[in-house]
Amino acid sequence: MSVKLTTRQNGDVTVIDAAGRITLGEGASAFREAIRDLAAKGNAKVLLNLSEITYIDSSGIGELVSGFTTVRNQGGVLKLVGLTKRVQDLLQITKLYTVFDVYDDEPTAIKSFA
Amino acid sequence: MAQSNDDGEIQRVDRLLDSTLENVDLAEADVMRLAEIAGFDEEDLHRIGIAVRESMVNAVVHGNHYSTKKKVHFSVSLSVVHEAAAAPRDCLAVIIEDEGDGFQKKEVPDPLAEENLLRHSGRGLLLIEAFMDHFSIEPRTPQGTKVTLVKYKTRS
Repeated sequence: MSVKLTTRQNGDVTVIDAAGRITLGEGASAFREAIRDLAAKGNAKVLLNLSEITYIDSSGIGELVSGFTTVRNQGGVLKLVGLTKRVQDLLQITKLYTVFDVYDDEPTAIKSFA
Repeated sequence: MAQSNDDGEIQRVDRLLDSTLENVDLAEADVMRLAEIAGFDEEDLHRIGIAVRESMVNAVVHGNHYSTKKKVHFSVSLSVVHEAAAAPRDCLAVIIEDEGDGFQKKEVPDPLAEENLLRHSGRGLLLIEAFMDHFSIEPRTPQGTKVTLVKYKTRS
């Protein structure tokens, strides 16, 4: 299964629920388009829920970084919530924990945008 | 395609693959099958899968540039290694060769350097090194790049 992305609003924060795999090819490009679409529409507060992500490769990590910079370049903020142990490991290895704001649960993440 | 022999090698798969992303999945599945036979745990299976995937993507995308004229030479073997004063270990070895223009690791900017953290790409080798016990890159004759990945598991 490739990545499945569902977008919803929680207050003024746009939450993207991602499920499946973010890998080179369809998964990564779908993810990229979704983030660009949100940024173009002026969504300034984006929370990416990765709790249902089963697999992510270096291309997928690259898309997370691109999503982060795309939203930031539009004056917004992208944060992460619900990282599985595997995604946490990847962010540790790549030192991206120092780049992303990461939260364990959605209510705490939502409050952080205030 | 799968073979057994008497030299401690339990299984081996060799494939000559077209340079497509579908074959990245195929190679990953081959390796996963032998890794499961060896009894690697879920986390190691995941790490091995990512390392193989990254290596295959490098061969298909960066080495062969998806060329229909260039192949990826893929092999995976599962063997038992006997060393003096140590318990026997299962050895999962993967060799992936492309027919590209060659590659030097130093060409890749350090993905952990502060100025490179926000780069879109360049993290594949880092993940392979982190997830495998041995990883080497060498020139392939007559052209291309050969990478070797090894993961060990102590026999219980």
